[in-house]
Amino acid sequence: MQSALRGRGAALLVALACLGVFAARARATELFVSNEIDDTVTVLNGDTYKVIATIPTDQRPRGIVATPDHQYVLVCDGDSGNIDVIDTRTLKVVRRIKTGPDPETLAMSPSGDKIYVSNENNALVTVINFATGKWIRQIPVGIEPEGLAVSHHGHTVVVVSETTSMAHFIDTSDWKVVANVLVDTRPRIAQFTPDQRLLWVSSEVGGTVSVINPRTHRIVHIINFHIPGVDREYIGPVGVRFTPDGRTAFVALGRANRVAVINAKTYKVEKYILVGQRPWQISFSPHRRRLFVVNGLTNDVTIIDVSSRQAVKSVPVGRLPWGIAVVP
Amino acid sequence: MLGLLALVVLTSASVACPVRAATGRAGVRTFSIVLLRKRYHFNPETLPSLLESHPANLGVAGAEEATFELNTAGKFIGWDFKLDVVTVPDGGNLVAAAQKLLAHGPRVIIADLKANDLLTLADLPAAKQSVILDMRTIDDSLRQQECRANVFHLLPSQAMRTDALAQYLVLKRWTRWFIIQGPTPQDAVYAADIRRSAMRYGAHVVAQKIYNYNPGSRRSDTGYQQIQTQMPLATEVNGDYDVIFVADETDLFGDYLSYNTFAARPVVGTQGLVATAWSPAYQEYAALQMQQRFDLFAHRRMTELDYGGWLAVRIVGNAVMRGNITSPIPMRKYLRSKDFLVQSYKGQGLNFRRWDQQLRQPVLLMTPLMTVSISPQHGFLHPGYTTDTLGFDKPETKCNLH
Repeated sequence: MQSALRGRGAALLVALACLGVFAARARATELFVSNEIDDTVTVLNGDTYKVIATIPTDQRPRGIVATPDHQYVLVCDGDSGNIDVIDTRTLKVVRRIKTGPDPETLAMSPSGDKIYVSNENNALVTVINFATGKWIRQIPVGIEPEGLAVSHHGHTVVVVSETTSMAHFIDTSDWKVVANVLVDTRPRIAQFTPDQRLLWVSSEVGGTVSVINPRTHRIVHIINFHIPGVDREYIGPVGVRFTPDGRTAFVALGRANRVAVINAKTYKVEKYILVGQRPWQISFSPHRRRLFVVNGLTNDVTIIDVSSRQAVKSVPVGRLPWGIAVVP
Repeated sequence: MLGLLALVVLTSASVACPVRAATGRAGVRTFSIVLLRKRYHFNPETLPSLLESHPANLGVAGAEEATFELNTAGKFIGWDFKLDVVTVPDGGNLVAAAQKLLAHGPRVIIADLKANDLLTLADLPAAKQSVILDMRTIDDSLRQQECRANVFHLLPSQAMRTDALAQYLVLKRWTRWFIIQGPTPQDAVYAADIRRSAMRYGAHVVAQKIYNYNPGSRRSDTGYQQIQTQMPLATEVNGDYDVIFVADETDLFGDYLSYNTFAARPVVGTQGLVATAWSPAYQEYAALQMQQRFDLFAHRRMTELDYGGWLAVRIVGNAVMRGNITSPIPMRKYLRSKDFLVQSYKGQGLNFRRWDQQLRQPVLLMTPLMTVSISPQHGFLHPGYTTDTLGFDKPETKCNLH
């Protein structure tokens, strides 16, 4: 709020706010960070990184995404069994959607009509109609399902199961699991490359990233990490993001307290960027100039300059921050 | 749903299956996991606290839950796991039961057996080429002089436990220790481990006492009065100490110490702040999910022995599904290799020390309700694995596997 109230527009904004016309809130890019043990979402201004709002949620908010039209941010409340729908204009929870037990994370169909939720304790993926909140389907998968990836055309949904250590490929035309790929121990995140030709799956305990051909369902490469002075057991890859040209990947390495920069063609690790403690989820700014890294144990977000591959600064958020959604 | 599926596992558990890996209909291969256990006599009235219990399926329930988990993965890739539980009564013929299991050649056996019985099994000629996964013992001797090439140990040894506590105490600068030791030989081993840990980490044992009076007070409703006079006497020594390090492996008196001591000092060791592989209060590193799954399945809390059974089955599952290994000799090689890793809910994959076949692992420091810390502590370094700062490292081993 502080930053929004500068200059001549301030009086007008105050007037509008008093009238309850929050819809007209002038807005920069905003970062929505879920704080697992605070039961809140911290909203940061994407230019100044100042806290704009702290939104109370239901219990244990973790997975968080923005709808494709950026009108809403959806956050899974694991211990409450629902999704909080946050209006990005008013920064208030405007709706709750039931998900079944222990939703850990979620993804949306490309058009935004469906939500895919991983029910961690029930080994299920629940498919929900976003408009009505009605369940379309529940699909049994491996134990402790977590990261979800949706292909660009929306025909394939991939979910990884942490305890079964598999990537399950779901065909959205009939909701059948068409393939199960065994990966290294405790997979967390699945991410399609921008050209959709490959799928990267990070294995936290295995300490690797598996590169899978989504057509043949075969692993074509396994990426390993070697950091001088860091023991192998501390290297826990989780968050994966690609630059739009598909040339470079960023992978958060958990307790190694670093983000790896990987040449996505040669699979060579080009740099390890030191960030806060236990980074898991990462996300780009709208123009991919900045990478935001959520550090679970230091309760902050590290901002990385993508072109120079340097950590610029870290900003505090709530306690045990888990996920991040960026709204332009 | 989970409960129903679990029942299926349970029913199959009683059917002995001579075919260990067989291809059935539609390309589904079956792998039968054997769990050999002795039902040791236990008098629940000896438990010091009314809040404690001794369920009949202690340990086995963890193995059953893990079998259910393996089948969740197995159904996607054509593997069906069966758990074959063989229970020998206390005083029953363990050798006969083992020989029956080994009649068709060596196999993979999960052992829920105490040290003597474990060695009896391991030393049977028919078991020489088998793989025995020890889900129960914590005895140092089995990792040292009495180690066996066909046995792999899953739970942390006594020495790993005192080292785990010692690192934390040194970090806290609580380095003056008073050892109070029970009457059993196991207590003597644990007390020796405390001294060893003090040497390793620069702490001092300022006093040591043996306490061998059995207070047995739980069964008397005025027992606390006895305790209130006995414990201060037992804990009064010359000189000051920072902590009482209790060595009471059979829970005779250790739980009576807290708040009854002569000096106002915390209690650590086999009671008080304990070092363990698992506790129902532990929820870090997604252990919360494991606890919830186990509770849904067994309708009770998950103990360290359940965790031992769970680990054992998951280890077999990894060898079968990841290593494509179904027979004991290649499995032994696989378990000793760098390819092997088992998920642990400790934030890292675990593998075995090659010198004594002990599973290397972080060790939890727990009170009955809370996680206090997890060792190794920050700053205790090792050129190989930081977890090798706990227990007998390679240069110290007295184990000769060849």
